[in-house]
Amino acid sequence: MSNRIDQLFASKKTGILNIYCTAGFPELNDTLPVMKALQQHGADLIELGMPFSDPLADGPVIQESSTRAIKNGMGLRVLFEQLKGFRKDISVPVILMGYLNPVLLYGIEAFCQKCAEVGVDGLILPDLPMDEYENEYKAIFEHYGLHLIFLVTPETSEARIRKIDSLSKGFIYAVSSSSTTGTDKNMGHQQAYFEKLEKLQLKNPVLIGFGVKDKATFAAACAHSNGAIIGTAFIRAIENATNIDTAVKDFISSVK
Amino acid sequence: MKIAENTLGLPYHVDERGFYGRFGGAYVPEMLYPNVEELQNRYLEILREPSFQQEFEQLLRDYVGRPSPLYFAKRLSEKYGAQIYLKREDLNHTGAHKVNNTIGQILLAKRLGKTRIIAETGAGQHGVATATVCALMNMECVIYMGAIDIQRQAPNVARMKMLGATVVAATSGSQTLKDACNEAIRDWINNPVNTHYILGTAAGPHPYPDMVTRFQSVISEEIRKQLEEKTGNPNPNYVVACIGGGSNAAGTYYHFLNEPDVKIIAVEAAGKGVHSGHSAATTQLGKLGIIHAAKTLLMQTDDGQITEPYSISAGLDYPGIGPLHAHLYETGRGTFLAATDDEALAAAYELTRLEGIIPALESSHALAKLGEIPFKPTDVVVVCLSGRGDKDMETFIRNLPNK
Repeated sequence: MSNRIDQLFASKKTGILNIYCTAGFPELNDTLPVMKALQQHGADLIELGMPFSDPLADGPVIQESSTRAIKNGMGLRVLFEQLKGFRKDISVPVILMGYLNPVLLYGIEAFCQKCAEVGVDGLILPDLPMDEYENEYKAIFEHYGLHLIFLVTPETSEARIRKIDSLSKGFIYAVSSSSTTGTDKNMGHQQAYFEKLEKLQLKNPVLIGFGVKDKATFAAACAHSNGAIIGTAFIRAIENATNIDTAVKDFISSVK
Repeated sequence: MKIAENTLGLPYHVDERGFYGRFGGAYVPEMLYPNVEELQNRYLEILREPSFQQEFEQLLRDYVGRPSPLYFAKRLSEKYGAQIYLKREDLNHTGAHKVNNTIGQILLAKRLGKTRIIAETGAGQHGVATATVCALMNMECVIYMGAIDIQRQAPNVARMKMLGATVVAATSGSQTLKDACNEAIRDWINNPVNTHYILGTAAGPHPYPDMVTRFQSVISEEIRKQLEEKTGNPNPNYVVACIGGGSNAAGTYYHFLNEPDVKIIAVEAAGKGVHSGHSAATTQLGKLGIIHAAKTLLMQTDDGQITEPYSISAGLDYPGIGPLHAHLYETGRGTFLAATDDEALAAAYELTRLEGIIPALESSHALAKLGEIPFKPTDVVVVCLSGRGDKDMETFIRNLPNK
């Protein structure tokens, strides 16, 4: 069990906190300081966003963080430069999240090789179709020891959830409502969906994301899953921070 | 009506996975999967329903005013030394070809049980055509339009509002067509059950490129009939159309795709020059990528960020191109040319003076390349006059030569 994501879920079953942050945000060189602060103050997993000009699944807050990061000069080449050697300081699992276009242009194999080289553990590529992954890329991802994490939503059929479970590694990202990120849809309405997921007894652990932003929503998500993912609320918390470390510390203590 | 014919296995048509060669597909996030899957599973079956075809045909005839004339342009023909016909999509209700597709899609939306319609628009032509059919069918209508385009295209914004649509400014990214499209997709993610997205061009995830092409294929179906009556031969030597995303072009080419005698000419917008940094000539500047959930040729930076295209015509400044057209380009089935802003303007003034027809700036790009195609005097050429120039009067007046 060499993948850090698997190690995490083997040792911790509940209350896992996964925090998303856009790479190169708020400033270009904040990527590593943010990651270090996240680990130090109690994030179990770090999801690093690879900024894209046209992030279809994201709401305004994460869109703006991407636009700002791109303006700062962030891109895949710069990101891999920044991540060189980051494993000296950071031991929690790290996942890269982003859209397929920049990855395709970089080259799937070259991208996976770089990820493995710097110490990335998994990927979330929401617009990569399942069958294309299975037929064309799965072998490459596995060769480099990278876990691909798929999303499920309240509209995903049970048969498809089963298929996603069989292809996913690491965990499954359960989107709490049919929405873009950062939408204030009430998670209370999703109780039945969370319970349904629980009953399916999936082979992968489940983390819930979208709409998780504070103690109450984090606890609600954790009640039916292994933990939760927070993105938009965290971006808001650090976008104007004068001290990254303090901002991260304050945010995490407001959640756990 | 041939909109529902089975084309599986035919060259230049979409395959069972939603691809044209290596272009196309449906690169949608899971949140959109059920909507797109529903469309994929049902669009052909709905298009095949006799009641659908009957309603579509009747509205195209009585409401849109089809068939649109195929006009022999005598003076234009003399000038370019060929037999040039104009397919008069400019004479359709709402002034462009866009309405063929919005009629088809709203009939489809009704059969899917949807009650709310969303759409993107650049210049406003597709927005107006969508707002029009929503008024006709009494459906809620939300149009996404780039904040910059809202300022540039005030008359069309007013039309959409008068028709009862809500016009929402897309303030993300570059605030133009691609961002309007992003916002429409985000709306669809947030409203997956009651909403249908009427995409305006032959792009986006499968089945949109094929579905929009089928609704627009009435153009080439009519051309064949009309040419046969006029010349005794349904096939011209050339079909010529402008391309942004490529819906009028797809409709113009459709019934000629597998007629090897018919040469296909596509004209993209070169803006201030293909390599000026202000251009929308996607096949010349683009690389393989994914835009609005389709794999196609795409203008992008070395980091894979989508770049903002430029053209004087707001209907052609799309950084991608429909996957059918990317395939026609790559296989060599189509010849791709590019017309600059100045060439398009000159062609618009020329058609106006030679034939008394003021064309849309988009269509003017197709006209602008007639001088560069090596016609024989007997060649029969059909140019799709996709829209009329009323919406562009301000630009035409500002640029009038020899005032």
